[in-house]
Amino acid sequence: MDEATRRKEHFQDEHVTTLHPNYMGVFWWLLALTILELICGTMPTGPTYPYFAKVVLLVSMAVSKAALVALYFMHLKFEVRTLGIIALTPMFLCAFFLFMLFPDSANR
Amino acid sequence: MSQAVATAHAEVDSYESPLTPESWSKLAMWIFLAGDAMSFGGLLAAYGALRFGSPNWPQPSHVLGIAMTGFMTFLLICSSVTMVKGLAAIQDGEPKRMCMFLGLTILGGITFLGMQAFEWTHLIHEGLGLTQNPWGASQFGTTFFMTTGFHGCHVFGGVVYLSTILIRGLRGKFSRTNYSAVETAGLYWHFVDLVWILVFTFVYLI
Repeated sequence: MDEATRRKEHFQDEHVTTLHPNYMGVFWWLLALTILELICGTMPTGPTYPYFAKVVLLVSMAVSKAALVALYFMHLKFEVRTLGIIALTPMFLCAFFLFMLFPDSANR
Repeated sequence: MSQAVATAHAEVDSYESPLTPESWSKLAMWIFLAGDAMSFGGLLAAYGALRFGSPNWPQPSHVLGIAMTGFMTFLLICSSVTMVKGLAAIQDGEPKRMCMFLGLTILGGITFLGMQAFEWTHLIHEGLGLTQNPWGASQFGTTFFMTTGFHGCHVFGGVVYLSTILIRGLRGKFSRTNYSAVETAGLYWHFVDLVWILVFTFVYLI
């Protein structure tokens, strides 16, 4: 019996105690990122803290939080690749929407 | 950060759970969520385009109550945690614990809706509407109410959805081998949380 079959049978055995991801660890990361977002979002912009830096910081933190929710709470990290592809498709389309809209709004 | 989380999750079985007839509802929910994500993506893209092209767009942090919405974000994150804890409970064969966590999740959703209603009422009294904005560009009100309203409808739908799951749970319909409906409902609820994380950043903070 190869390793993959053995792991599959182990996974499907209902009598084996289910191991859960560290949900509280993810929660603390989400909380910390939310507090950081609030600090970055309310700090006044200026020469030392340009608006562009604020946007980059906030978007990075939001994407990190969204990824944590999708990977651990929605279990994408432990699912088949097909579900990951389904989940990623709208993100590419949204990025495409944005790139198509920006030239128009920039000319207004 | 990813290294720390990966270390914490190292003990979790990395075997990919297969798509079986029992989990088709999960696949269907993912396809629905992908479509729904495009709706939210369209709304946020329109918000970005209108804001980028408008010279008198108000600074959201000066107009909107950031502290309160920050707390609302915290509330939805907590409700996501109670949702996964509920799923973990039924996977461990503890239906009563699952019902308790589902109840807490629903409570979180109802509190969120109540706070959103309070925020909307306050802003409408201040003069913000779908076609009017006392602080600048009128599209601000349009995009704000459309985006947060669309999300609020999802939260309301989630509360109803989870309530039906809770009733079925109280009737003993779920066990450690039969919990796919709880898992599917959880996917929807986490999606609502995920979208709010993005709405909070784009509409309230940037």
